Amino acid sequence: MSKKDLGLLILILVVGAIVAIINPRFLLPINLANTSNLIGLFGILSIGQAFVIITGGIELSVGSVVALLGTLFIDFIAVREVGWPLAFVLILLLGAIIGLVHGWLITRLKLQPFVVTLCGLLIYRGVARFYTADGTAGFAFGQNFPSLEFLTAGRSYGVPNSFIALIVIAIVMWVVLHRSVFGRYLYAIGKNEEAAKYSGIRTGRVVMAAYVICGVLTALSAIYFAMYTRSISPASHGQFYELYAIAAAVLGGFSLRGGEGSLIGVILGTVLLQELQNLVNLLGIPSSLNFAVMGGVILIGVLVDQQWGVFRERRLMVDATRKSAAGAAAE
Amino acid sequence: MNYSDTSIATTTPFLSLESVRKTYPGVVALDGFSMEVRPGEVIGLVGENGAGKSTLMKILGGVTTPDTGTITVDGTAHKGLTVEASLGSGIAFVHQELNLFDNLDVAANIFFGREPLRAGPFKLVDRAKLRTMVAPLLKRVGANFSADTPVATLSLAQQQMVEIAKALSIEARLVILDEPTSSLPLAETDKLLDVIKALKADGISVIFISHRLHEVERVADRVVVLRDGMLAGTLPKSDIGHDQMVKLMIGRMLKEREKASEAARAPGATVLSAKAIRTPAYPGRPVDLDVRRGEILGLAGLVGSGRTELARVFFGIDSSLGGALELDGKPLVLGSAADAVAHGIFLVPEDRKLTGILLDLSIAQNISLPNLPAHARRSLVSTSAEIATAEKQKKDLGIKAPSVQTRTGTLSGGNQQKVVLGKWLAMNPKVMILDEPTRGIDIGAKAEIYGLMRALADAGVAVLMISSDMEEVIGVSDRIAVMHEGQISGILDKDLFSQENVLLLAVGKQPK
Repeated sequence: MSKKDLGLLILILVVGAIVAIINPRFLLPINLANTSNLIGLFGILSIGQAFVIITGGIELSVGSVVALLGTLFIDFIAVREVGWPLAFVLILLLGAIIGLVHGWLITRLKLQPFVVTLCGLLIYRGVARFYTADGTAGFAFGQNFPSLEFLTAGRSYGVPNSFIALIVIAIVMWVVLHRSVFGRYLYAIGKNEEAAKYSGIRTGRVVMAAYVICGVLTALSAIYFAMYTRSISPASHGQFYELYAIAAAVLGGFSLRGGEGSLIGVILGTVLLQELQNLVNLLGIPSSLNFAVMGGVILIGVLVDQQWGVFRERRLMVDATRKSAAGAAAE
Repeated sequence: MNYSDTSIATTTPFLSLESVRKTYPGVVALDGFSMEVRPGEVIGLVGENGAGKSTLMKILGGVTTPDTGTITVDGTAHKGLTVEASLGSGIAFVHQELNLFDNLDVAANIFFGREPLRAGPFKLVDRAKLRTMVAPLLKRVGANFSADTPVATLSLAQQQMVEIAKALSIEARLVILDEPTSSLPLAETDKLLDVIKALKADGISVIFISHRLHEVERVADRVVVLRDGMLAGTLPKSDIGHDQMVKLMIGRMLKEREKASEAARAPGATVLSAKAIRTPAYPGRPVDLDVRRGEILGLAGLVGSGRTELARVFFGIDSSLGGALELDGKPLVLGSAADAVAHGIFLVPEDRKLTGILLDLSIAQNISLPNLPAHARRSLVSTSAEIATAEKQKKDLGIKAPSVQTRTGTLSGGNQQKVVLGKWLAMNPKVMILDEPTRGIDIGAKAEIYGLMRALADAGVAVLMISSDMEEVIGVSDRIAVMHEGQISGILDKDLFSQENVLLLAVGKQPK
């Protein structure tokens, strides 16, 4: 765990302690379970975003993808009566295809990630609304999918299964990002795509793969969100979720220029964001201030981090000049 | 426009340098150099790469201060100039790389940051006034375009005119043109030379730096030749001639060194072969070139002659617009650098920091990057395998660093270059292309890199070395191919090696 991650963890614990002191209900099992469920849902989304951000890209369409794929998933299993395992796979496949198309437009046709995914944001939202004729997708009375519901919205030993899913995914993705050849390529491309290309890396394919990973994880979280809310009105479902994901990554130490950030960081970023949401609820802050609180905290966090970086660099420079001065004196 | 030498000589010089000396760690860049520039005089400044021209420019521009010596500008003596003092006394530069905003129009560029403003609280740009201010400047440089032309639509020569107009707008009294014609086609060059004559007619002094000696011959009133940081000689108008300049530039010492170099080697089989390759930079000029096994083929030429572009095609970064590549006699199709690497064709690029290495990664991570799957088990990177490879390269190449896990950004230029070499040497090169491999590297590391290239050639690798350093090209190569405006203008075998021959081919003439 890097120093940055450790700092974030301490911040999470300090904020948690303060909230717990002011309002002890924070530590009630039911509150913790609810919060960790949300951490699970948003965490999966944020890991996907992190893979794109590490390449220096951005994925703005995830909120709309959550709405569209969630709508489709419920439609598949509730209306069209597709078996849920098949629907599950189909949705992940659709997520992969969306990622592939985005990646292809960005790497082959050289469009800017911001532009491509902004168009995606508009398109998928519109399609989702059209698909349901601006209605709501939901289950009919008495429709039950016990095993699916257990996996997505159930609990094991009091721990939400969505949170467990996040832990499993996080471990796998940690290995991919921090230990695999592909992960090294991602960092190299994020740091300096030209130099990576000159080292013989097929940068286009690697970047495309990052968007596919993001698409699949977004699709997975879309299913979780759908099973959590159980009814989806595509006009508002998943709105601003891309910003939650980006905020989690940024809080977790990712640079939007790419090449920087850790998987633990993005998870901690998600945890902090959900903790803040919970804080707003528990401390009786008007919920209309929700976004303002989050924005303020992110701004302060990024500011502190950046100032800390400047301070450290200056100290390193002073050290270096002192050393070289001492060396020159010794000669 | 015939100014006799005597009339100029009687006026006081606008600029004079006296025994200027500038050293950098390990290098004497300028050594007791003196020169003067009189008003309305065109000085041709010539010298090989590394002769001290750019140091001189930096001193005149106020970017650096000399260790000793005096600079007198317009009667005021200085120990060294600052950027403000240089600008304030009317010294203007037109650099080889133009500093224009190509998304703005001509007028906006000329008066950038000094726009005439309209009265009122909004400080709007007074466009009408701007245009009336720009028009006479454009007329003086003989421009055939208007003030509101977007710079992006201008040709290179026209853009240079804009730069010169910018110099005139600050009432420059000395305009320094640094290699202004090196990337210009001939017809455009004529226009630029006319502008220089117009400046002279207005009493403005010009220092014209160029490798194209016949152009210097055409416009210069006096030629100052630099060699190894010293004044090699000054040629008055009557003595300016191609041969005299080349003689002064090369000097006697080097000729002896050339003869001392070893005898030619027997050529090996052709490994990499370009058949009528067309690079994106010069699509109309096909290139044929063979790189043979066991040789160092030097690729010489002026900046902008298309050498780097050719290397990019060989390495799969750019695709050829025509023609074909062959490797060991078999057709070679490269879709990306990854393809080239798979075939054992490696490039040590010109711009080390942007494309050669990743400054934020460690030595070990840089060295393993092109061959990462070989340093991994089941797709997971093995740090120990990576470190082992890097340790070997560190030892073989003598990379000076605390450990192989040191960030490459903290290393010196020479050591960074060794990391670039190390990553390719760790994977059995077949063809090694080195683009300006010793640029910005100290002398000791240079010698080591030459030794490495020779060892590679001896081991049967085909080495292609692009270099603008004449001494390097002649001292290191087994054959020299010279490029001129996108084409191979000639290939010299060892017995024909001379700076003069390389220079002649580089400017598109035939060697003697």
